[in-house]
Amino acid sequence: MSKLPLVKLVNIHKWFGRVCALEGVDLSVDYNEIVGLLGDNGAGKSTLIKILSGVYSPDKGEITWQGEKINFSSPKNSIKLGIETIHQEVALIDRMNVMRNIFIGREPVIRLGPMGWLNMKKMARESMKALEKVALYLRSPEALVEELSGGQRQGVAIARAMYFKPKLLVLDEPTNNLSVKESKRVLRFVTEMKAQGVSSIFISHNLYNVYPIADKIVILRHGKKVGEFKKEETSIDDLTEMITLK
Amino acid sequence: MGIRHLLRKILLLKEIGSFVMLGTAILVFYLLSPPFLSLANIQLILQIAPELGIMVTGVTLLMISGEFDLSVGSVFALCPIINIMLMNLGLNVYLSAIFASIASCGIGALNAVITLKLRIPSFITTLGTMMIWRGVIMLITAGWPFPFLEEAIPLQKLLVGEVGLIRLSLIWYGMIVLVSWIILERSRFGNWMFAVGGNPRAAKARGINTDVVKATNFVIASFLAGLAGLIQAYRLEAFMPLAGIGVELDVIASAVIGGASLAGGAGTVIGSVIGALLIRIIDNGLVLAGAPGYWFRIFVGIVLVVSLTFNRIIETKVHKMR
Repeated sequence: MSKLPLVKLVNIHKWFGRVCALEGVDLSVDYNEIVGLLGDNGAGKSTLIKILSGVYSPDKGEITWQGEKINFSSPKNSIKLGIETIHQEVALIDRMNVMRNIFIGREPVIRLGPMGWLNMKKMARESMKALEKVALYLRSPEALVEELSGGQRQGVAIARAMYFKPKLLVLDEPTNNLSVKESKRVLRFVTEMKAQGVSSIFISHNLYNVYPIADKIVILRHGKKVGEFKKEETSIDDLTEMITLK
Repeated sequence: MGIRHLLRKILLLKEIGSFVMLGTAILVFYLLSPPFLSLANIQLILQIAPELGIMVTGVTLLMISGEFDLSVGSVFALCPIINIMLMNLGLNVYLSAIFASIASCGIGALNAVITLKLRIPSFITTLGTMMIWRGVIMLITAGWPFPFLEEAIPLQKLLVGEVGLIRLSLIWYGMIVLVSWIILERSRFGNWMFAVGGNPRAAKARGINTDVVKATNFVIASFLAGLAGLIQAYRLEAFMPLAGIGVELDVIASAVIGGASLAGGAGTVIGSVIGALLIRIIDNGLVLAGAPGYWFRIFVGIVLVVSLTFNRIIETKVHKMR
């Protein structure tokens, strides 16, 4: 594997009006690495992620992807590069069925002259396959998302992220609103992805979720990076102190 | 497949509520006045229905993508008036109609720009443009209708000419419905429409340009309203400044009866057809039953409320059947 990190953010600034959400944050993710991004509410975690997924563009700073300087101008670009983001809560569209959700924006079509017909059979088949990979067995790919439980929804979001073979998986508070059992499944899944060569950024305010699986832990507070640790260099008690310290 | 499963499948059809209402309305009006189901009356309904129906389909598509258009009634009147004014200036009938339709599209685009760029709710935007365009119409016509011109006959034959028992407008309506259905249910763009209306933030996060999707539907809704206006003007052989006043409420009522959601993200093309037919049938059936004209609004109101209640009840039932 190359020595360059997979993605590197340098000196990222982001303002919302007069509020500074991020102030000179650096973050790098290596190949085959799980980075835990920790911080209290309002620390800037979600803003940083939205910059990575192309929802916001930074006011200052530089992003390199596999050694190349990149302008993350839209979610489309970032998905194309191989960054799949699972946003907190907003990931799925409730009133659409599972397979339509999985393929939003990248629907397979059968070309018929200038017309592209949705390939419904392929959507159904591939959806079921993608869901099986995350051990989610639904009655039908045409089940509406609003009929699913919280854990099942997260499963669909993860299955979708995985289907498009990302290089970097970004999970924003993926275990919020999940039962203990469901959370464990998500965590196991992230480790499995690492074994297949997919790096992850795992955002959480719950240290006990992140610590067991992360290789590196980055702590944000009030829009600044206040610490970065290799897991083996630190203990869970030190980290707790770092996060909550005012 | 058990009977329970089958029942669930039927109840899950999004159009089921409006379909039952339509059946009930037909039955009731037939009982009140048997000529309701005479060939001549069915013919009459099918002659008039496309004008409302075309507008409802356009607005349904727009509502699915999460926006509204109250200005369709004004465009309904303005498009034919632009058409006849261009003809009076000496322009050929087809070109005049094409330019008038381009103007309708332009009005839709303007609605889109105001709504999406200035972030004004489309309900307000189009309430404003509804008044503006109606005002413009009154200003340029002083309220007088334009008479029909002989040169317009070829286009009249094309739009509303009689073929057998029906008028061509019914065929155009059928084609618009078919194309809309394909776009909505079987194209990538249709999938984006549901996504954008259902949860714009999630759609954006998947790389969909929500503004483009919405703007396209603003233009489609406005274009179809103009086309419906042309069809009525050519059928009645009159280009009337007062055409389509208040029709926006019938359009939205039809769309909602047909299952379109005010919140966006839900609706069907077939439902839009059923909704429009239902309104037309109520209008026609009440006249045949000898009820005073005032009953029309009362009935539309009742059907609107009952159909929504009905849908809600079915929804809960189906959820319990799992």
